[in-house]
Amino acid sequence: MSGAAIEVRGFSQDFGGVRKIHALDLDVHRHEIFGIIGPARSGKSTFLCALNRLNDLVRGSRHEGSIAVDGSDIYAPDVDVVALRRKLGMVFATPVPLPRSIYENVAFGARRAGIHGRDRLDGLVRDSLEKGGLWEEVQDRLGTSALKLSGGQQQRLCVARILAVKPEFILLDEPTSGLDPISTMKIEESLRKLKKDYTIILVTNNTKQAARVADRTAFFLNGGLVEVGPTAKIFTAPDDKRTDDYLRGKFG
Amino acid sequence: MKRRIDPRTEQAVVRTVLWTLTALTVLILVYIIVFILRKGIPALSWEFLSKNPVDMGKAGGIFSTVVGTIALTAGAILIATPLGIGTAIYLTEYTWEGPVTRVIRFGAECLAGIPSIIFGLFGFILFVTKLGFGWSILSGSLTLAFMLLPTIIRTSEEAIKSVPPVYRTVSFSLGSTKWQTVTRVVLPSALPGIMTGVVLSVGRSIGETAAVIFTAGSALRLPTSLFSSSRTMSVHFYILAREGISMPNAYGTAAILIIAILGINILTYYLMNRFIRRYS
Repeated sequence: MSGAAIEVRGFSQDFGGVRKIHALDLDVHRHEIFGIIGPARSGKSTFLCALNRLNDLVRGSRHEGSIAVDGSDIYAPDVDVVALRRKLGMVFATPVPLPRSIYENVAFGARRAGIHGRDRLDGLVRDSLEKGGLWEEVQDRLGTSALKLSGGQQQRLCVARILAVKPEFILLDEPTSGLDPISTMKIEESLRKLKKDYTIILVTNNTKQAARVADRTAFFLNGGLVEVGPTAKIFTAPDDKRTDDYLRGKFG
Repeated sequence: MKRRIDPRTEQAVVRTVLWTLTALTVLILVYIIVFILRKGIPALSWEFLSKNPVDMGKAGGIFSTVVGTIALTAGAILIATPLGIGTAIYLTEYTWEGPVTRVIRFGAECLAGIPSIIFGLFGFILFVTKLGFGWSILSGSLTLAFMLLPTIIRTSEEAIKSVPPVYRTVSFSLGSTKWQTVTRVVLPSALPGIMTGVVLSVGRSIGETAAVIFTAGSALRLPTSLFSSSRTMSVHFYILAREGISMPNAYGTAAILIIAILGINILTYYLMNRFIRRYS
């Protein structure tokens, strides 16, 4: 496969007649961490939820334009949405463990995908938790409730839970917004490691986080893309004045 | 503004009043239970439970009415639970809020307000005569099921609605289908609430008299099929007391009814606690 992993062309998204994203054009490359920054209500999260079609669940949602993942249009009528969502795993701003054990949280997606058998699941759970950087802390209490973990651990559990579904992409929607600096650091560390196996899109409110981990960064404003480029360039010599203003904290 | 009452006095007064109201409620409840049990327990024995009524209930036990009660209640719950939970799932998960859901909900609420004797009359006309089921466990169960339906729909709906929406989003994002989300995430979290409705319904159908007497009849024989007429314990109690056949046996029946309902509530409580611990 060649070309961009995700190609977005003229994509707009409406909710109940209100346009949240305007005619977006951008590409995401394979095995990069693609950062998206921008003030609140700039359409960052809406864009993420367009990629795995979670927007479909919202009443009155409508889109225009196209998004192609691995070269095929994800809004084509014959697309298997369930398979699409397995391919693009998502981590939300607030960690939301399901009310069950740590083990069952990680095994959840795999079970739904029809993976059964204690041995296979055991291996998968361990592997996923290791990649998510949580194994060492929880290996002796996999059976306890996931709700008893700390916020940072819960968020790493959410990452591990995604990995167990064997996605190709990981979408992160402000994954560290509620976490302390050390937990944030741990998540960023795992992201850097995960990059070699996955393509990662990271929406963040924390511009410094994008500067730290993203290979390329896009700046969204009012539902539109202002500019996109290598992170170093966006942060040091942006083309657009609005990007510069935002990064200097003049608004947003 | 000047306060007329010292906050501490106010607090003390409110506390006393509320405590008294609570104590009164508990007292009334305990009084009823103790009254029935004291009058009823002398009649209780193994024979009372295991023998069929003799001589219209003057002698013998209540075995056939216990069987009738269990059959009717089980039938009603088996019919009403899937219907009610199914409706609740449809209303909350498979359709958007709109005129249709409002009409269904309004209909269910109206159904809840209809006196049970009207259900009895309706069941008599539809099931007993029109459909030709006769006075039977089938007619009685169907009638009871319709009576219970609104409660089960409402409680299930509330329980399902109280499951955080974000659980659904997470489930979908992990590649679950809608049905998997409903069965694996929504229902387990809603189950304690749903069960509350079902247990309430069990209690109501065990205690129901008016709707049952018209549809299941009052035969004292041991029922042998769905089409047998059968007397439930509450109907038996009603007839024994009303026609002055045997007050001791009437109280005995009442005691068994109360013990059964208490037992069911305690058992459900225990099972629910175990379940909640597993899912949190």
